[in-house]
Amino acid sequence: MKSSSLAKKKQTSVLSHVILLLFSISALAPLSLVLLNSFKNQTEIIRNPLSWPKALNISNYVDAWHAANFSTGFINSILLTGTTIVIVLIASGLAGYVLAGKKIKATQAVTIYFMVAMTIPIQLFLFPLYFVLAKFNLIGNIYAVSFILAAVNMPLATFLMRTFFMNIPTELEESARIDGASTFNLITKIMFPLVRPGLITVSIIVGISVWNEFLITSTFLQGQENFTATLGFLSLNNTYNTNQGLMMAASVLMIAPLIVFFLVVQKYFIEGLVSGSVKG
Amino acid sequence: MRNTVNYFLISPALLISILIVFIPGLLTVIVAFTDWNGVSTTPNFVGVQNFNELFVDSIFWKALLNNAKWTLMFVTVPIVIGLLTAMMLLKRKKSKSAYQLIFLFPYILAPTTNAILWLNIIFNPVSGVIGYLQEIGIPIDSPLSSVDTALYAVASVDIWHYWGFLTVVYLAALRQTPAEQIEAAYLEGCNGWQIFRYVYFPSIRPTFNIMFVMIIIFSFLTFDYVYLLTGGGPSHSTEMLSTYAYTFAFSAFQVGKAAAIALFMSFFGLLASCLYIWMSRNDLKN
Repeated sequence: MKSSSLAKKKQTSVLSHVILLLFSISALAPLSLVLLNSFKNQTEIIRNPLSWPKALNISNYVDAWHAANFSTGFINSILLTGTTIVIVLIASGLAGYVLAGKKIKATQAVTIYFMVAMTIPIQLFLFPLYFVLAKFNLIGNIYAVSFILAAVNMPLATFLMRTFFMNIPTELEESARIDGASTFNLITKIMFPLVRPGLITVSIIVGISVWNEFLITSTFLQGQENFTATLGFLSLNNTYNTNQGLMMAASVLMIAPLIVFFLVVQKYFIEGLVSGSVKG
Repeated sequence: MRNTVNYFLISPALLISILIVFIPGLLTVIVAFTDWNGVSTTPNFVGVQNFNELFVDSIFWKALLNNAKWTLMFVTVPIVIGLLTAMMLLKRKKSKSAYQLIFLFPYILAPTTNAILWLNIIFNPVSGVIGYLQEIGIPIDSPLSSVDTALYAVASVDIWHYWGFLTVVYLAALRQTPAEQIEAAYLEGCNGWQIFRYVYFPSIRPTFNIMFVMIIIFSFLTFDYVYLLTGGGPSHSTEMLSTYAYTFAFSAFQVGKAAAIALFMSFFGLLASCLYIWMSRNDLKN
């Protein structure tokens, strides 16, 4: 009896390993195909996209870098992402501090407002916003788009910051007050340094979402010189769809930095995902 | 005094949101009742004409139906995969974090990158895996080019990129289940399914509910993968409310009509939001 249940346990364990491996393969296989084919030329790919490349030919990468105008694209992406992160950190950090301590009467109203703002479609405000920005000649302006992306990310960032501030004991703030710290000093010297992990988490969550954003950037960042890396990459698809090797090399250039970055910051990223959605 | 300072501190976040989301959102509500083309400074008020036209537009209903099908697919397939993989990872002490990272790879990549890589290396009938399968004699067509399968093909790519997120969230929630309860259930002789059903699932219920509502909301807003993979085609078989609104605004310059569709999308989102706020009412009180 006992040994048979043990055997059964072993069986389920093997089965679960097989299933987990299958799901891992399903996640990784398309990405591996990209890498494999980025070293091949068109004829090789058409003959068999699943084959091993004959040589580690990096000419696709050089061509892709120029064709997608990545030197401009990556600088624009960094500028856009960096600006958005700074705006979001300052605004959501301060808002999270106020909401966490229930420091204003309107705390509940503001919380509900942000909950609704988090779930309304971008299309609800996109069209008027586009034509207003067009009127002020701001289409293609990276800083203007940073503010739009900051607004989109503000509710989630504020809720995350609120959670981090809630974990700070209120006695700390009270004793600083008794020692005569001004609000400005309290926030910049005590509160913000204490929630530094929160600020990092928010930067990473917002940063990846802005780096990857499509709907808003493609609508507002027109003109090749304003393209982010993502938009430059997308523009290849119309011109180079008969040059798969180049497309795949460009894809690797998009994928690899993000995967490396993700592996470095995984702890913060996963914490951000989880604390944004897990209700304890 | 202290109160004024606090309102001052919260004002940057509120101001940015109000100027960019709230006021243009209100404008959209007004525009939905006009014939504005995006340029004219004197749009005409046309009452409910935009809505009336949509109600007799078969593509609009098709889009709504597609959003409903999309919702149905997303509240089943990724949730089942997410729960299954999370339960399996729960018992893996060593390999847990490695699996989590791999499952998240597609999730952290840009929709643009994911869509382009599927279009090119999988679905392409000349140079993709589909083309290769045709060549070696398997009669298979790109699922994106048939009106019967396109919606499922697009949804598969989106689900491929999304489910790992649910695994990570569910796993984090499962790990908060009190150990004594699990132990007790084992001693009572519960089998795996019973332990999940009566111990783990009730414990992750709040997280499960929130994710469920979020999936419904975002199913009615879905845009990126559809727009990038098919643009709503072939012959509107993958049209969504979001892509249809986008076409009205930026291809047909019927911004009034686009706004009317956007109001529809918001209506479904708002229903789910109310549900969400109602579900987190305890959070709000504390």
